[in-house]
Amino acid sequence: MITASQKPINEIIKLVEPYKKVLILGCGTCVKTCFAGGEDEVAVLASTLRLSFKKKAMPIEVEEMTIERQCENEFIQEASEKMARNNVTLSLACGAGVQAMVKRFPKSIVLPGVNTTFIGIQESHGVFTEECSGCGNCGLGIFGGICPVTRCAKKLLNGPCGGSQKGICEINPETDCAWHLIIERLTSLGQMGNLRIYVPPKNWNTSFSGGPRKLIREDHII
Amino acid sequence: MKTYSHLHEKLSKGEFAVTGECGPPRGANKEVVDKKIKLLKGFVDAVNVTDNQTAIVRMSSIAASVHLVNAGLEPVMQMVVRDRNRIAIQSDIMGAYSLGIRNILCLSGDHQKFGSQPDAMNVFDIDSVNLIRTVRDMRDTGKDMSGYELDVAPQMFIGAAANPFADPFEYRVIRLAKKIDAGADFIQTQCIYDMARFKEWIRQANDEGLTDKVYIMGGVTPLKSVGMAKYMNNKVAGMDIPEEIIKRMESVDKKDQADEGIKICLETIEELKGLKGVHGVHIMAIEWEEAVANIVKQAGLK
Repeated sequence: MITASQKPINEIIKLVEPYKKVLILGCGTCVKTCFAGGEDEVAVLASTLRLSFKKKAMPIEVEEMTIERQCENEFIQEASEKMARNNVTLSLACGAGVQAMVKRFPKSIVLPGVNTTFIGIQESHGVFTEECSGCGNCGLGIFGGICPVTRCAKKLLNGPCGGSQKGICEINPETDCAWHLIIERLTSLGQMGNLRIYVPPKNWNTSFSGGPRKLIREDHII
Repeated sequence: MKTYSHLHEKLSKGEFAVTGECGPPRGANKEVVDKKIKLLKGFVDAVNVTDNQTAIVRMSSIAASVHLVNAGLEPVMQMVVRDRNRIAIQSDIMGAYSLGIRNILCLSGDHQKFGSQPDAMNVFDIDSVNLIRTVRDMRDTGKDMSGYELDVAPQMFIGAAANPFADPFEYRVIRLAKKIDAGADFIQTQCIYDMARFKEWIRQANDEGLTDKVYIMGGVTPLKSVGMAKYMNNKVAGMDIPEEIIKRMESVDKKDQADEGIKICLETIEELKGLKGVHGVHIMAIEWEEAVANIVKQAGLK
C-alpha cells in the first residue's frame, strides 16, 4: 500500500483558513488502512476544524465525504456535486489521489491534507515500514526477497557497509540492517552462493532518475 | 597493472608500508593542510586525505590532495559515493589524476544523517564495490563506464576499506573477496583494538588466499584519553573498542592517558608486523598528527 500521515493540524488550518466552505474528502483504500485519510479520520478532522473555527469565530463550513479511491475516475465522479458546492477540497488521499482529482476537476482547488510517505506494509498494528521504491527493475530474486535499494540507507548492492552492528543499521537503532536480513535469509534458504554474486551498477533509467514515468499497456488502450 | 604510486612501489617490494591521515579543514585555509603536511612528511609513505568525513562539509579531498602533491607528500585521495553520481565520479578521478594524484581509496561514505547537514539528499548511484571496479576498468581497459576510449586513462593505485569488526562477521571476508575481485590493490582496515577478532579475520583471508592478491594495511588510531575511547565506542559507526582497552585507559592518570594510548597503539603495530597477510599499517591519528612521528619512530618503521 501507499502510506501517508496526516499533516499537523496547524498546517491544515493555515491551508483552509482563506476559504468559506471546505470539503474534506477521504479515500477509502491505502490511506484508510494506514489511519491517515479514511472515513474515521475525515470525521475526526472535520470536528477538530469546526471546533477550531468556532473558537476563532471564523464562519467556515466543513463538509465531509469519503470515496473508495481518489486515484480512479470511476470513484472520483461521486464527489463532483459536493466539490461544486464548496470553495475548496482538502483531500486526505496520497499525492497521486490529489493529482487525479486536479486532473478531473481542473477548475477546483484541491489541497493536500496528508504527507504521502512510502510504499510499505503494516508490520504490526500501527507500525508501517517502507519496502519498495518502485525502481522499475526488481532485483528481489537474488536478494532473498529483501530489497537493499529501499531498505539499505546507502542502497548498497554488494553487501553491508562497515556500519552494520548486531543486525542494526548505523543510521538508527530502530532500523534493521537490510544486508543482515538478506544474509540471514539467504543462509536459511541455503542460497549463500548469491552472497558472492557481483551486482553491477544499477540502471536507474527505469526509476525516477529517468524522469516522470508512464506505463503504457497497448493491449488495454481503447 | 602499471601505476606511478610510491606506495605501490614500496608494497610491491614487500616492505612494511606506513600511511597516515589528513582531514581537510572546515574552510578554505590551506595553512591548516600545510601544518599537517609538516607533521607527517618524512614519516609516512603516503597520507589519506578524507572526503567530507562523517558527512561534515570540508575542503574537498581533491584540492587538499593537490596541496600534498605540491609539498612532495604522496596523497591517497579518499572518494565516497555518497555525494557524487557516476558522471561526477569518473570526471573527478580523471581530474585528480591530471593533478598528480596517484592513489585512491574507494568508500561508501558515512551517511549524511551523522553530518552537519542531515537535510541533504544523498546519491549512492553506485556502491563502493562498483566504484572500485570503475577505477580499475578505467585504468586497465582505458575506457570509461560507457566504453568510451579515454585519451589518457588514470593509472590509479586502488584502495578499499574493510571493517573486520562490523557484523555479520561471517560475511566480512566474502565482502573483502568481492572488493578484491572488483579491483582493489590494497586494503586499509578499520581501527584495530580487538586483536583477537582481527587475527581471526586475517586467518580467514589467508585461508581463502586473499592476502596473496591484495596488500592489507591494518588500521590503528592512538587513543588520546579514556573519553575519546568511550566516544568512539559508542558514537562512531562501525567501531568496537573492547572493555579491557577502556579499562586500561581508565587505570592511568588523566595526564598519562595519551602516553598509554600511544603505548597501546605501538603494541598493536608490533603484533601486526608479525602477522602473515599484513603488509603495512595505516595510522589514523585523528586531529593528533603530532603523534605520528613519535609512533613511527618508536615502532621502528623509519
